[in-house]
Amino acid sequence: MGRLSVDLCGIGLDNPVIPASGTFGYGWEFAELYDINILGTFSFKGTTREPRFGNPTPRIADCPAGMLNAVGLQNPGVDRVINIELPKLAKVFHKPVMANVSGFSVAEYAETCAKLDACPQVGWLEVNISCPNVHGGGISFGTDPASAASVVREVKAVTTKPVIIKLTPNVTDIAAIAKACEQAGADGISLINTLLGMRIDLRTQKPVLANTTGGLSGPAVFPVALRMVWQVAHAVKIPVVGMGGVGSAEDVLEMMMAGAAAVEVGAANLIDPWACQKIIRDLPDAMDRYGIRELKDLRGE
Amino acid sequence: MKEEWFTVAAQRQLTDNVYEIKLTGDTSAVTRPGQFVNLRLDKLFLRRPLSVCDLEGDVLTLIYKVVGRGTEALSRMTPGQTIPVLTGLGNGYDTARSGTEPLLIGGGVGVPPLYLLAKSLRAEGKNVTAVLGFNTVREVFYEKEFRAIGCKVAVTTADGSYGIKGFVTDALPERYTHVYTCGPEPMLRAVYREIHTGGSFSFEKRMGCGFGACMGCSCKTVTGYKRICKEGPVLQKEEIRWED
Repeated sequence: MGRLSVDLCGIGLDNPVIPASGTFGYGWEFAELYDINILGTFSFKGTTREPRFGNPTPRIADCPAGMLNAVGLQNPGVDRVINIELPKLAKVFHKPVMANVSGFSVAEYAETCAKLDACPQVGWLEVNISCPNVHGGGISFGTDPASAASVVREVKAVTTKPVIIKLTPNVTDIAAIAKACEQAGADGISLINTLLGMRIDLRTQKPVLANTTGGLSGPAVFPVALRMVWQVAHAVKIPVVGMGGVGSAEDVLEMMMAGAAAVEVGAANLIDPWACQKIIRDLPDAMDRYGIRELKDLRGE
Repeated sequence: MKEEWFTVAAQRQLTDNVYEIKLTGDTSAVTRPGQFVNLRLDKLFLRRPLSVCDLEGDVLTLIYKVVGRGTEALSRMTPGQTIPVLTGLGNGYDTARSGTEPLLIGGGVGVPPLYLLAKSLRAEGKNVTAVLGFNTVREVFYEKEFRAIGCKVAVTTADGSYGIKGFVTDALPERYTHVYTCGPEPMLRAVYREIHTGGSFSFEKRMGCGFGACMGCSCKTVTGYKRICKEGPVLQKEEIRWED
């Protein structure tokens, strides 16, 4: 066990750095650039029961210190992920991977999670509950404690691996939702997903994104994310995975000081494909600078 | 793909809002005409993708139109300043498809990637015809450059202020063996309808990462979903599926 090692829901990580879902594909593009086994793990592209093309383009807009995306969960569907992406990944990544799952109904979440739970390569299920709830009148599962809890219960009933619930920040009381997930049996909480935003093209006077609105990520959201990680870490006993605008070893330390057991890195991968490699490399020096002997000492009160 | 620091060697204005910038650095990852690079500019979060116009040794030539904050910032850069650049992105044009008489069709700032392609095809001894389309005479650039490397060149302007009056499709020669094209989507659609051979079409889309990770620039094709930045930007005529 090195000084960077941490525990996430009973599975040891060599370091807390985890590329976030949607910024790392199924690992392959990055495995061509560096040995991705240096990572703690990574969270693969949000996967749904059926294949999805996602939203019309443009799906991306630049922002001061960040970006908007409205990709809309483009993915090949869980069966192709299991039959094509995971075998391909096995050639280049030899650690448990975090399976990110999205859905449009409680039944769909459960079915997709059960299939991925049965894959030996999958270490954790990260369940993204910030999609429209088609069964509940258009609200997100993640914006209502009862809906969030129902997803957790159904998923837990059909899986054996740690279930981490990924929360949206677009709520009034994030701690209440996190607590509801914990009480329903969640093994961990990850946050934040993107903050809802929008941009208008001055020349056309129309929204830049074809979807009109999109999710804001990047350094701009870091203070918001840190605050919410802190709130949730103080509200629940299960581990919290912090994310939102993390781009440096110092950001990782700050997230862990706020109570994160591990840290996901998202948008930074898109502007610097080697971002996570650099963060892991920089961590020991940053720890020395702030008198931190081991990362696992950081978490806690 | 590689990330290298490039140094601005020269910059000149070609038209009212089109600039040519020359950068020096490690160009070894650029393997084909039609590929693009992604520039990380000061104070901007996302990189800005630009197609490669020319490559000579360690000198990379890019041509761009000022359309927003990124290209504005780039237009203010002066010799000696440095920029981190991801190079060798995208599939690029395949010269093996050209046949003996390739036809290159470019519109506006779709012209630049065709220049390196034209050079490569000329080096292979092909008879290259280039049809370059612009709105008006003040926007015309690189006609001389294409002629200087031995291309037969036709220029069209929509308002008839220079060359042939009309669109690129009004200036197509009778005989050609393959079409390589880049330009605004309405032009690509018109070219798609008019040509009688195979064609390699280069597309532009707003990108996030530029290397296949974010799915920001996806499109539907006859052979499934593709990423313009990774499986593109060049798609073959027979795989294109136009969206309405």
